[in-house]
Amino acid sequence: MLRIKNLQVYYGMIHALRAVSLHVKEKEIVALIGANGAGKTTLLSAVSGLVRPASGEVNFYGKDITHERADRIVREGIAHVPEGRHVFKPLSVEDNLLLGSYHRYSLRRRVAIRGEIDGIFSLFPVLADRRKQLAGTLSGGEQQMLAIGRALLSSPKALLLDEPSMGLAPKIVKEIFGHISKLRKERDMTIFLVEQNARGALSIADRGYVLETGRVVLHGSSEELLANRDVQRAYLGREDLTEG
Amino acid sequence: MYWEPDKECMDGEELEQLQLERLQATLNRVYAHVPFYRKKFDEMGISPEDISSLSDIARLPFTAKADLRDNYPYGLFAMPMREVVRVHASSGSTGMATVVGYTRNDMRHWSNLVARVITAAGVTKDDVIQIAFGYGLFTGAFGLHQGAERIGASVIPASSGNTLRQIQIMKDFKTTALVGTPSYAMLIGETLREKGIPVSALSLKFGLFGSEPWSEAMRKEIESRLGIIATDNYGLSEVMGPGISGECLERNGLHFNEDHFLVEVIDPETLAPVAEGEEGELVITSLTKEAFPMIRYRTRDRIRILKGDCPCGRTGRRMSRVLGRTDDMVIIRGVNVYPIQIENVLTEIGGGQPHYQIVVDRNGAMDEATVLVGAEESIFFDQMKRQKDMVDRIKARIVQEIGVSVDVKLVEKKTLCRSDGKTQSVIDNRKL
Repeated sequence: MLRIKNLQVYYGMIHALRAVSLHVKEKEIVALIGANGAGKTTLLSAVSGLVRPASGEVNFYGKDITHERADRIVREGIAHVPEGRHVFKPLSVEDNLLLGSYHRYSLRRRVAIRGEIDGIFSLFPVLADRRKQLAGTLSGGEQQMLAIGRALLSSPKALLLDEPSMGLAPKIVKEIFGHISKLRKERDMTIFLVEQNARGALSIADRGYVLETGRVVLHGSSEELLANRDVQRAYLGREDLTEG
Repeated sequence: MYWEPDKECMDGEELEQLQLERLQATLNRVYAHVPFYRKKFDEMGISPEDISSLSDIARLPFTAKADLRDNYPYGLFAMPMREVVRVHASSGSTGMATVVGYTRNDMRHWSNLVARVITAAGVTKDDVIQIAFGYGLFTGAFGLHQGAERIGASVIPASSGNTLRQIQIMKDFKTTALVGTPSYAMLIGETLREKGIPVSALSLKFGLFGSEPWSEAMRKEIESRLGIIATDNYGLSEVMGPGISGECLERNGLHFNEDHFLVEVIDPETLAPVAEGEEGELVITSLTKEAFPMIRYRTRDRIRILKGDCPCGRTGRRMSRVLGRTDDMVIIRGVNVYPIQIENVLTEIGGGQPHYQIVVDRNGAMDEATVLVGAEESIFFDQMKRQKDMVDRIKARIVQEIGVSVDVKLVEKKTLCRSDGKTQSVIDNRKL
């Protein structure tokens, strides 16, 4: 359903993505792993229309969305949860969620959308307790849940998650990954997950791609990538392996 | 019966996307880790990111057996040896020309792909499968062994040779599926007849044969002698070993495992792709291999891509059975033999440019090869002893060099020449 072919992105003289091709099938969780600066965020941004690719194609459910505007892409059903959450800090939790439905909100749909917000509260009960609280006062983990909840309010078919584990305590990271896994199970969500935390991402993903300096160098099932020594050395912190 | 239905019956568009992704990742890896490929790509002014569709593969250089020899033993490996968990080798025109390696993931893929071939050939976990390929550096025995184990069949690693013992095992262990070369299956059939053992004394149902070309007539013969359904499967160690393609029970072509191999058919002269369905040389690019990726390997095997869909439901393309070679290699009792190997032995022993001819015949089920060596007339006036010593030395060296024994005869030089003065190095009288 999400199919990317030969995506090339330049930032001035910097060749950020070099002929990247990948796909995510319906209800799949696919992880994109790689070091800082490999081009992971650039790739997500190119999918959601925040960055213009020089060439290549992004196809979503058979429709070429390569050159669509970002807001159109949200309407097509792709929601991007950016790196660093970017919740609206001076607004309440509830208003943050409501803003997620911005493009489809109307008086007629008001009640239905209220219902969806309640759905998010049952998904993340911790947010329900803080519904009137300003988003800026939430912990990192809670802000991440809010950012995901806000994305879900756009009623997406696919979620793009950029580094959801960044800066969070290990226990919270585990919780967030658990939620992501549940989104697929309970909401049939399709998820494309960008992570530096390769082990965590691959533990919930079906498949993964490894991006190195703008190129996909490996692609396989999560099990295969976890077994690959290059992946272990570079992304799973198994330095002991270099000693043979 | 499928082993991985979602892979074997993948729709065309999905397969194309997957192949492109895997091709690009493979090119990125070989460019970064294999100096041989990097140099070749650079010389042609090609960078991996220039390959933006499957048809762009035609812009990449070919890899030939000679490249493997020049990079002997580990030059084409894309992973350091500590990640390699298995090494195999096959003979070539100068002894051990080809060394291949596998990572743990490669091994997993390999056994999975062979599991597909075995399943397509009718074998299930309820079968008792006897592997009558020689175990060793050759990929055939271990390849089939792992695939059979993967599906949960009961594997008997009988290895090759000792035909009576094979039959004994087959009887006592109630073997239901036999794996080996087709000529060995013929020999087993012949031995059964000689010893008066009826097929009903055996439990055989299926036979999976490969590693040498065999005809439809031979298939019929094997099927009636052994009371089995015989299928053909294809592979070569340079690319992976068995598991590249195999027949299903419909037996109308060998299904490629296209999600792991990109196949092309080229005209061996012009090197351009032939029209779909035309006969040409099979060229294979590996799409998932880690330790020993292979870009556009020229197999030298002549095949055709078959048209139309197979009723079995598998969607990948199918190849004909191997129709011949585009070089002068002959397969004698399952062993690849290049005339240059024989020539080297003769040069070593006799000095100068040797005159010779390899004549291959089939006596019953067994291949028999005779090397006719053109000798100076002077030797025929000499004592018999000198002639015999020479023949014995040549025989011994040839066995050493190629691994199969051949007969050697000294003949007068002029009898080897054709009217145009040239000698045909191989005469194959087998009806394959």
